[in-house]
Amino acid sequence: MIPPSFDYHAPDNLEEASRLLLANPEAKLLAGGHSLIPMMRFRLAEPAALVDLRKIPGLSGIREEGGSLCIGAMTRESELEKSDLVQSRYPLLADTTRVIADPVVRNLATVGGNVAHADPGNDHPATMLAYGASFVASGPSGQRTIAASDFFTGPFSTCLEDGEILTEIRVPEAGPGSGGAYQKFERKVGDYAVAAVAVQVQLDGGRIAGAGVALTNVGLTAIQAGAAEAALVGSDGGDAALDAAAQAAAAAADPTDDHRGSADYKRAVVRVLTHRAASSALARAREAS
Amino acid sequence: MAECRGLGHSVQRKEDARFIRGQGRYIDDVKLPGMLYLDIARSPYAHAKITKIHEDTAMAVDGVAAVITGKTLEGFKLAWMPTLMSDQQMVLPVDTVKYQAQEVAAIVATSRYAAADGAAALEVDYDPLPVVVDPHEALKPGATKVRDDKESNHIFHWEHGDADGTDAALAGCDTVVEQHMHLPRIHVASIETCGCVASWNPVEGHLTLYLTTQAPHAIRTVVALVTAHLGLAEHKIRVISPDIGGGFGGKVPVYPGYVLATAASVVTGKPVKWIEDRSENLQADSFARDYHITAKLGSKDGKVTALKLDTVADHGYSDAAANPSKFPAGLYHIATGSYDLENAHVSVDGVYTNKPPGGIAYRCSFRVTEAVHAIERMVDLLARENGEDPADFRLRNFIKPEQFPYQSALGWEYDSGNYGAALEKAMDMIGYRELRAEQAEKRARGELMGVGISSFTEIVGAGPSKTFDILGIKMFDSAEIRIHPTGKAIARFGTKSQGQGHETTYAQIIAEELGIPPEDIQVEEGDTDTAPYGLGTYASRSTPTAGAAASIASRKIRDKARKIAAHLLEADEADLVWEQGKFHVKGSPDRAKTIQDIAFAAYTNHPQGMEAGLEAISYYDPPNLTFPFGSYICCVDIDRGTGQVRIRRFVAVDDCGVRINPMIVDGQIHGGLTMGIAPALLEEISYDADGNITGGNFMEYLVPTAMETPHWELGETVTPSPHHPIGAKGVGESATVGAPPAVVNAVVDALWHLGVRHMEIPMTPARVWDVLNEHGAAATR
Repeated sequence: MIPPSFDYHAPDNLEEASRLLLANPEAKLLAGGHSLIPMMRFRLAEPAALVDLRKIPGLSGIREEGGSLCIGAMTRESELEKSDLVQSRYPLLADTTRVIADPVVRNLATVGGNVAHADPGNDHPATMLAYGASFVASGPSGQRTIAASDFFTGPFSTCLEDGEILTEIRVPEAGPGSGGAYQKFERKVGDYAVAAVAVQVQLDGGRIAGAGVALTNVGLTAIQAGAAEAALVGSDGGDAALDAAAQAAAAAADPTDDHRGSADYKRAVVRVLTHRAASSALARAREAS
Repeated sequence: MAECRGLGHSVQRKEDARFIRGQGRYIDDVKLPGMLYLDIARSPYAHAKITKIHEDTAMAVDGVAAVITGKTLEGFKLAWMPTLMSDQQMVLPVDTVKYQAQEVAAIVATSRYAAADGAAALEVDYDPLPVVVDPHEALKPGATKVRDDKESNHIFHWEHGDADGTDAALAGCDTVVEQHMHLPRIHVASIETCGCVASWNPVEGHLTLYLTTQAPHAIRTVVALVTAHLGLAEHKIRVISPDIGGGFGGKVPVYPGYVLATAASVVTGKPVKWIEDRSENLQADSFARDYHITAKLGSKDGKVTALKLDTVADHGYSDAAANPSKFPAGLYHIATGSYDLENAHVSVDGVYTNKPPGGIAYRCSFRVTEAVHAIERMVDLLARENGEDPADFRLRNFIKPEQFPYQSALGWEYDSGNYGAALEKAMDMIGYRELRAEQAEKRARGELMGVGISSFTEIVGAGPSKTFDILGIKMFDSAEIRIHPTGKAIARFGTKSQGQGHETTYAQIIAEELGIPPEDIQVEEGDTDTAPYGLGTYASRSTPTAGAAASIASRKIRDKARKIAAHLLEADEADLVWEQGKFHVKGSPDRAKTIQDIAFAAYTNHPQGMEAGLEAISYYDPPNLTFPFGSYICCVDIDRGTGQVRIRRFVAVDDCGVRINPMIVDGQIHGGLTMGIAPALLEEISYDADGNITGGNFMEYLVPTAMETPHWELGETVTPSPHHPIGAKGVGESATVGAPPAVVNAVVDALWHLGVRHMEIPMTPARVWDVLNEHGAAATR
């Protein structure tokens, strides 16, 4: 439980951070550290250097701007919990942040870290897929915006290039008739999900005009369940549609047997949670209409 | 005079002033000049021959001072050490490792980091060997033999009771239930891991051992016995057990790390610290439980008559159980529990497997948890088979209050009890009949709820010297009390608190006996140079043994105080009346001397011919064990979609005899219940077919947090122990012992109508969902 030695850098600007990453191929970015540090203590990760982002200004904060909810990558999970804006208008995000690890972890863990670490057990990847969020990254060749659906390429891997740093998460701004919910089933508080389901819906005149459904920890990455989304869109959100979506989500899951249960069990849980999350998302969307 | 706040007062815990300020002094707070650090390289294999240890790979790390291997120790005849059960275990392997995470070599370095880097850098060549992890497989002919120095994997056969009589009685029953159950391996997972600082003084030839141990004196004697051939004698060994962050039985054994740090200190002449990390603690320290039980319970005309338990006990590669020496299966033969039955027989076969050694009493008086689980599950099954409500069946079959002292079929003399009163109180508190009505309604709607009972009887306070010893040392315990001239006192004990609140509880016992307020009494434990000899704290024995010694020593002091008071009051001893804190002359309450007056006189004006001073010591040999009991009722709801069990309510009525500090008793029960639901729902250490541990860290070994812990509703009845000086029985473990079967009975109750008759633990959501799915009861939303 004691990591090997490593170099530590705490640059005060993004360009320098990017340069340090390029100069040290074995370096890792340090955000909240609540995934990386445990891996280092188990010696599962042995980075030669850490590039700490904490001194770089402008990387944290929550604001609505240009049709998006913009969340700085270094925003702590606990700040989402404390944000009136998130709590009142972004219920999917509010649900998610409440079930990530435990309060002590959330005080340091960051939204950007949860996304960019790309652990299939992390909760924000599914949330962001369901929202249809996009990510702003900054690197040697400038800044670019990446759709969440393009971002996750495998377990612990993303499409970020060498030296590229995630700086901001953009969630489509909540409007009338939108609502979402995150249903996570865990063995105990702080555990990764047995399975979790994020659902975001947009109502239009009593029918579902748009839907996002994504799954946590039942595959190599967070999974966007397109067939489940299709089962919801155009429907009135009745039981038949929810059942169809839940079945489609279970079919989209690709879990393995482990301590949390058999693959069959996890698929069954995905089905149950999809139904529950969709019901809750619809109720919230109706309230917001 | 001020209230002395003896028995029955919820005095604030004296020790909390330092604990809640972060000023406790734990083992890792011990820092000595020039101290070196030790880390341990461990085996990745469950069974393998070590072909070469490349010591140079670790020595090449900057700061590494020494590498110790089994071959090093063999030269000092220290490669093996004895266990408490007359077996032996390796300090370090000379040629073969027997379980994954076993110690392979010790790295001594000038910093903690260098020691860890050295352990990581050490290259070891292994030839993997076949592995046996299932104890039933291990018993089969031709099975892989775990121990080269033994004939087979069968360690021992132990049985107790009347086998033929029990078989005959079962044959004569009109109703017999049979059930197999496994209590899996679990771990105490104390927040503080184990560790030590060994400090050898080469000039004095003296060893000081700071150690996370629940039994400092016993450890000192064991160290003296093990190292006698090296010339280290007991008067040259001082064991100091500082504040301990949870023991629960896990800090009774001697772990190889302790021996390694000691050897390293002797070799280097410098203090050496070894602190294990969480993974090492979970993967290599002694486990608990791991009993495979086949149980039969029979009744005739609705009356329980016979119990039979056949058991396979998985001990890992060495029988390193922490039991009194004459009891290879601990006090498992308390298994007839709270029930009046005439025929019983229990047997246990101990088995070697490629797993860590152990078999400790995890917050339990030596296998009582296993016994209670078996009988409480079986009574529930038998009640149903008789078509009777489990509560009513228990009430009818309990040992009755007038039957005490009660001779059990397995040879115990229960001191006192009133089982029906405790269960009826629990039923009233939870509204048992109303819950049954609610359950019927919910069942009709397809919802799953269940109510489970556990009416346990514990056996604690080991123990009477005629039967209880550890390696020959009788299991008395001790108190030494000195009253200072100003009426303040210091009291020292052979036990060692690990969070139980001894500094407060013992002070209250003395306060009750002598009228000195608890805050005027300094309680000390854990230093073998100052404390009187005792066997330590485990198995809920502190109050029954050392607590009794506190009473007896106080009374010795009171006897002398009476003589001094008679001298001061110029009265005849026989004419003095004791009321808490003072003697007065019969008929003249104003002619009085307080204990403080008397203490001062003991040093300034004692009677001629009497020795000065006011102190006493007691080594208390308990005449019998004590038998705390209680009834717990658990109400659960089950989510048909996910299989999750939610404990909605949990009522615990405990009878631990006279309560010394009710707040501390409640705290003990709260913690014990939490540790009791943990194995029922969450905790298990398991192994795959290759002997790889799964559940060896806190991501997989699921210790409950406040979020998983329901609100506990506590009740009490008080049935004093007739043989204990203040009528107390011990309470540290009742809840851990009693809670698990209440939860299992509740879950089985919730699923009974589906045809479910048993659930193995832990009842994880996945396991419960599998059962729901098999019975067509899993929901899709």
